[in-house]
Amino acid sequence: MSVTIKVNGVSHTLDIELEMPLLWVLRDELGLTGTKFGCGVASCGACTVHVDGEAVRSCMTPVSAVENHDVVTIEGLAEASGARAALAPIQAAWIAEQVPQCGYCQSGMLMAVSVLLKEKPKPTDAEIDEAITNICRCGTYPRVRAAIHSLSNT
Amino acid sequence: MEIKKPTRRGFLIGGGLVGGGLLLGYAWSGPSRLSLQDKAVAGGEGERLVTTWLKLAPDNVLTVYVPHSDMGQGVITALAMMAAEEMEADWSLVRAEQAPAEQAFANESLSQNFTDGIEIPSILTGINNAAWYGVAKLMHLQVTGGSSSVRWTGQHGMRVAGAAAKDLLIRAAARRWNVDPSQCVARLSHVHHDASGKSATFAELAADAAELSPLSNPVLKSPKDYTIVGKPIPRFDIPPKVDGSAKYGIDVHVPGMLHAAIKFAPVFGAEVVSYNEAEILKRPGVKKLVRLPVGVAVVANNFWRAKEAAAALELKIDTKGNDTRSTASIYAQHDKDIAADDSAKDVEIGDTEAALKGASRLVEATYRVPYLAHACMEPMNCTVWIKADGKAEVWVGAQDALGTRGRIADVAGLSFDDVTLHPMLLGGGFGRRIPVRKGFADFPSEIDFAALIAKEVDAPVKLVYTREDDVQHDAYRPAVTSVFKVALDAEGQPVAWRNRYVTKDDPAEAAHIPYAVANQSIRSVESPTPVPRGPWRSVAHSQHTFFTESFVDELAHEAGKDPFEYRRALLKDQPRHLAVLELAAAKAGWGTPLPKGHARGIAIQEAFKTIVAEVAEVSVSHTGELKVHRVVAAVDCGRMINPNTVEQQVESGIIFGLTAALRGEITIDKGAVVQSNFLDYEMLHMADMPSIEVHVIESGAALGGLGEPATPPIAAAVSNAVFAATGKRIRELPLKKHDLTPLAAKLAQAAE
Repeated sequence: MSVTIKVNGVSHTLDIELEMPLLWVLRDELGLTGTKFGCGVASCGACTVHVDGEAVRSCMTPVSAVENHDVVTIEGLAEASGARAALAPIQAAWIAEQVPQCGYCQSGMLMAVSVLLKEKPKPTDAEIDEAITNICRCGTYPRVRAAIHSLSNT
Repeated sequence: MEIKKPTRRGFLIGGGLVGGGLLLGYAWSGPSRLSLQDKAVAGGEGERLVTTWLKLAPDNVLTVYVPHSDMGQGVITALAMMAAEEMEADWSLVRAEQAPAEQAFANESLSQNFTDGIEIPSILTGINNAAWYGVAKLMHLQVTGGSSSVRWTGQHGMRVAGAAAKDLLIRAAARRWNVDPSQCVARLSHVHHDASGKSATFAELAADAAELSPLSNPVLKSPKDYTIVGKPIPRFDIPPKVDGSAKYGIDVHVPGMLHAAIKFAPVFGAEVVSYNEAEILKRPGVKKLVRLPVGVAVVANNFWRAKEAAAALELKIDTKGNDTRSTASIYAQHDKDIAADDSAKDVEIGDTEAALKGASRLVEATYRVPYLAHACMEPMNCTVWIKADGKAEVWVGAQDALGTRGRIADVAGLSFDDVTLHPMLLGGGFGRRIPVRKGFADFPSEIDFAALIAKEVDAPVKLVYTREDDVQHDAYRPAVTSVFKVALDAEGQPVAWRNRYVTKDDPAEAAHIPYAVANQSIRSVESPTPVPRGPWRSVAHSQHTFFTESFVDELAHEAGKDPFEYRRALLKDQPRHLAVLELAAAKAGWGTPLPKGHARGIAIQEAFKTIVAEVAEVSVSHTGELKVHRVVAAVDCGRMINPNTVEQQVESGIIFGLTAALRGEITIDKGAVVQSNFLDYEMLHMADMPSIEVHVIESGAALGGLGEPATPPIAAAVSNAVFAATGKRIRELPLKKHDLTPLAAKLAQAAE
């Protein structure tokens, strides 16, 4: 089946199964490997992307569901945020606070946090706890929190 | 533990591949005699390897090749800092990369050639001794584990390499300027002769330096003169990890590549009898099925298609009688084997049996911990391409790139030299990505399966585990049972310590206690099961620190003493332990009032030469809900290389250990793992985080590791706090198994 999706501003028409999860379309069909496979059951958040500005876990989202919607991945985050630099402010904060360790979960973490900050520019700790349910095995949580607060203080 | 004591001289002069001397001679004398290392890394015009791990380019950029994997622990940056410090390099001109998977970069060569009487980390000797890991494989070792990178490769390799390189460059400059080397100094990637005002960049001097022989004992800097080491320097590996450009093993794309997924036989030790091959081959994108020792692999043109097809596979299996095993039967086996006490000596001091017989007061307890999976965020994967000419290429994130390369060669029936391994980033390691299963030499992993699949396919194949595969077919942190019997004197001081536990593991000293007890008998029994086991962050410390530090807490309670003061008295002859314990207690406000329902617990452990004490503050609600509010850690790692990563690793180690303590449990039923994904093998989230404070003592003692030592104490610190809060002693993890509802609340509920 043919399906057309728009990812990071570029349209792609693909001849694939409509039920193929967006995650595998991004990774194996479009070569956008910044979006990570973590659990396949929408539990860990490593595969988080933006669909029309909402944080969506792509591992359980069939590609057919995003036809006619705007998909943004970590590779397109800086441009989508309107940053003139190569990095969105949130990415710069992640470097300043030295957040990542192994880094594998961080694409999803950044995609989830960027939506939180758009909706709540100065989130409380409780709001962060409720909104950010991504899993990080290295335990970067304290620095993720510090980086969020550093952005809400500017 | 094996201790080798060759001389430092052996490192630089006779060390061959690692030694600066031989290498400099070869590497700098022309392309026809380029060393293995030069072939691997010094490809650019005018680029020169200075010593094994150091390369100077014409623009004076210094590249440090680090023979370890960075799994997030910051080791690439830390080791580059150590080399650059000794070399007097300008940090803005320093780059760092993981070394190629070539023997020339093996850190094992260090253990052969240079130890200066230093103990070799047991992660190295332990793997050397693994049964199948024959002598021929020793040269293939490039292990990242045992918290050994900084304290081993950094301290005894990088610093010496940097200092030797600096000395060569200074002597080259002195010869060029016809002055005495003592009048020349290295500063910021230049050599200066201040009296004449002459100066040259390191790169300008590199060719001249090539003609000199390196010193066997270069003078190392005094820590008081450090300008790089000890500073919170940003890590090299972070920028590509925030924009999606970092490439992990799972991200590899090779033109023409196919994808593989496995349908495993769920029962450990089972064999596949038959499966519905014809039906699966008809599915879209499916190219081939490959029978493996543990299941069947589906090869397809997209991972999702391979995974869906594997899920549709129907396997008929022969369980070989292993489908009767359960966690309960394994624990019963532990109890039986411990009772039989056909044990091997661990520690024997004094006459423990006699002291126990004469004791007025005995304290006894049995502790257990379950199997644990590693659950690295990056599901296991390995990409292998075996070409028509018999050569192979491998792309994988590995904790031992050389060992993995050797393993692939063995399994595929190729020579080591015919296999090229491209080290990729690891999305977590925690011990999972070392291709060794001690005691389970025949237990194959994704490394083996990828090679076996690639042998059957005329294209590069990327094998990826699903999360379910990862949780159900890991090499698990072993379940362990440990039994204590201790005699207390009239003052409540322990006079005899008897401990029996199942299965000796690494490191050897994990079950030892730092406390002054006159009679000690610590022994292990073997109790094999078909469940594969492997190293898991902090290895045997992860179990034994929970056991010993919880049990010492029991003794303190039995003696009617404060748990901190009780430990303090028993550590009076261990000044480093005492300082760490006291710092943690002081920073945590030990003994000061807490909100109602809150309580503190303390624990301490030395692991990988670093001593860590942790104080946990918890509360238990009237419904039995446990919350960990605050963890204060005190750490003596000798000296900090990069304070930024020290703090990060301590936080990380605590959260890893806390996850296991609160929720971590792999159970076995009918010979198979019950849990399957993060929904039932639960992780901690942001909302579960305590505040964590890290306080470091730089005692100047020998460098300790940092990737692991913060993990062991947390389970005991939290459990001891739970006891202080509720009076319930936790002798089995995880904590989620225990009903912590206060008795009064239960009674009130029952009355309603």
